Amino acid sequence: MTETNEFRQEVRTWLEQNCPDSMRSPHRSDADICWGGRNFTFQSQDQKLWLERMAGKGWTAPAWPIEYGGGGLGRAEVKVLKEELARIHARPPLISFGISMLGPALLKFGTEELKQQHLPPIVRGEIRWAQGYSEPNAGSDLASLAARCEDRGDHYSLSGSKIWTSYGDLGDWMFCLVRTDFEAKKHEGISFVMFDMAAPGVTTRPIRLISGKSPFTETLFDQVRVEKNQVIGELNQGWTVAKYLLTHEREMIASTGLSSAGTIPVGRTAAHVLGTDNGVLHNAMLRTDIAKFEMDERCLELTIERARDEVKAGVSLGATSSMFKYYGTELNKRRQELLMSIHGNDALHWEGEKSHEGRLARAWLRSKGNSIEGGTSEIQLNIVSKHILGLPG
Amino acid sequence: MALVLNDEQLMLRDAARHFLSEQAPVSQLRELRDTGNEDGFSRELWSGMAEMGWTGILVPEEHGGLGYGFTGIGLILEECGRTLTASPLHASSLVGVAALLLAGSSDQRSKLLPAVAAGEHLLALACDEGPIHDPLRVNCRAEADTGAWAINGSKTAVVDGHIADSLIVSALTGGGVSLFLVPANTSGVTVNRVAVLDTHIMATVEFKQVQLGEEHLLGEKDSAQGTLDSILDVARIGAAAEMLGLAQEAFERTVEYLKQRKQFGVPIGSFQALQHRAAQLFGEIELCKSLVLKSLHALDDGEDDLAELASLTKAKTGETARLATAEAIQMHGGIGMTDDFDIGFFLKRYRILENLYGDSNFHLDRFARLRGY
Repeated sequence: MTETNEFRQEVRTWLEQNCPDSMRSPHRSDADICWGGRNFTFQSQDQKLWLERMAGKGWTAPAWPIEYGGGGLGRAEVKVLKEELARIHARPPLISFGISMLGPALLKFGTEELKQQHLPPIVRGEIRWAQGYSEPNAGSDLASLAARCEDRGDHYSLSGSKIWTSYGDLGDWMFCLVRTDFEAKKHEGISFVMFDMAAPGVTTRPIRLISGKSPFTETLFDQVRVEKNQVIGELNQGWTVAKYLLTHEREMIASTGLSSAGTIPVGRTAAHVLGTDNGVLHNAMLRTDIAKFEMDERCLELTIERARDEVKAGVSLGATSSMFKYYGTELNKRRQELLMSIHGNDALHWEGEKSHEGRLARAWLRSKGNSIEGGTSEIQLNIVSKHILGLPG
Repeated sequence: MALVLNDEQLMLRDAARHFLSEQAPVSQLRELRDTGNEDGFSRELWSGMAEMGWTGILVPEEHGGLGYGFTGIGLILEECGRTLTASPLHASSLVGVAALLLAGSSDQRSKLLPAVAAGEHLLALACDEGPIHDPLRVNCRAEADTGAWAINGSKTAVVDGHIADSLIVSALTGGGVSLFLVPANTSGVTVNRVAVLDTHIMATVEFKQVQLGEEHLLGEKDSAQGTLDSILDVARIGAAAEMLGLAQEAFERTVEYLKQRKQFGVPIGSFQALQHRAAQLFGEIELCKSLVLKSLHALDDGEDDLAELASLTKAKTGETARLATAEAIQMHGGIGMTDDFDIGFFLKRYRILENLYGDSNFHLDRFARLRGY
């Protein structure tokens, strides 16, 4: 306990001295996010400095081992660091699929050589990664993917296409599921490969969503060269890595349903916008829905906490990431619906400063994708019924 | 406190599950009903519970109990929910004991707690007066009259009031609400037994010129509203623990049935329409497990957001138990509607627990108020 307190003091002092003042407020918009990468333009000197300083401590990936540039912190210390960052409303120094997605897979399945090559640049925010999973004809049935990666002796050659690549047009490298055995059963001929997206033959096409934004691309490959040493896990065993990563991704998506530190709770927003009589919201029907939502939000929070405590105590439930993904995303859709109701016609604005360029409307529209991406709600329920409940078929 | 059970608690839960499945399975409840048992529970079972130490599990060791705390008794109540065990454990050993711990004088505690811990003296809380739970609405009056109190009024939905030795009664005392410890055999107290739909027994109690000495006042005069709320929060969390147990049991029986029952030549559990509903219900129950455990820990730690947590736990667990029992009947189909089959007992017990100490609507409203909207 005292060790944690000492660490807390150390973190607090360091943050006091090293977190620039302009980085001590939440992101105002997507433009404030630091993604890093070869072509990233820093918004300010402070943003650059904040990334460099945090990366220097390894605190952009605080739990990763020190030898790969991480912070080498234990669970309790990571928690302290998060709390101290939240205390001063510090912005994340870096948002990175390299840290949140590829890193865990590399750490678990990667060779020493691959870890040394890729992890340190990820920590420093030098390489921005894109994920190549879904294909136009492989969505919920992901394992039917068809991107062909053929052996050409000293290298592989990749042809085919991926879809729903998050910020594919801005990625430097891609980690990608490809087919390397064309005769095997669908789950057994898949490999997990990495390549530089600057290589000849890679084309990206942004996809415009109903929210009016284009955070995804279609990504096309025409005989793209993939080096032979850039395979994570065994050749044709990529599905194991993919499943591990999907589990991880689903756990992350689950928390999109929770209000993060600093967000105003929906009920308080409603009280502020709509007004109260003796502390009771004017709109009685909406009040019930908000109370149910806030109850479920707290339930999910406590259940994620319990799942973590169970893992620590060695009594994990297993396939619960699917349950969390399902609940978290359905919850976020409810949150956005409630916010639309609370703000009424003001929430309909699509442009202009007052609405922050239609932030509410766009967030509401975007949330509809939460229960589709990373495996649909229906797929998550399939997984729960088969793998947890043991139902047949 | 980490949201997991420690070894001692795991052992207690396993022991409870073993004891109850042997001594008080669902068939016992059926037998109590079919034989028209007046008490609505088995005295023999109650002696067994006392031997296990459960009747005094919340009572501090200095007063002859085990001092296992709220988490301890919560685990047992959850197991009682699985077997639908009828006993005064909730009314007396949880709510009654909590009332004495929260409001009792040292005299009252040392006089009553040892006998309550031994299961020989039964307590019951009498606070509701109308059909809808509303602890703020008190018409029962206690008037001071030359060093004594005279109580007049009536109470409804007194759980296990028919077998209680002492009643904990809320009454208006001029300047506010006060609580009284009323021996059930005091002249002027009339207890009417009411069988309710789950074959448990409740009581209505009438007080006519009931004369009590000063030593029967429980806690401060005129300012018991807060204490009553705290006692009720304990009762609510206990009821939620029991509902969690019955929801889990009903769910597990249903999933088993989905695997066995065949129609169209296949197990009905292979149909996606049923699979998804079962998966959703599984999730709801997992959420409630976290809530109940968190609430029991919060009671043990004396956390200060207890009111909000208690309302959240009661409302959400009630809603989940409603879903679990309704789906249990629907997925069992016609056989679920028959009296011969046990699943209907779960639905009946749920409805009682849902109503007690405030239903889901009551607690949604209270939760919203506590959060400022």
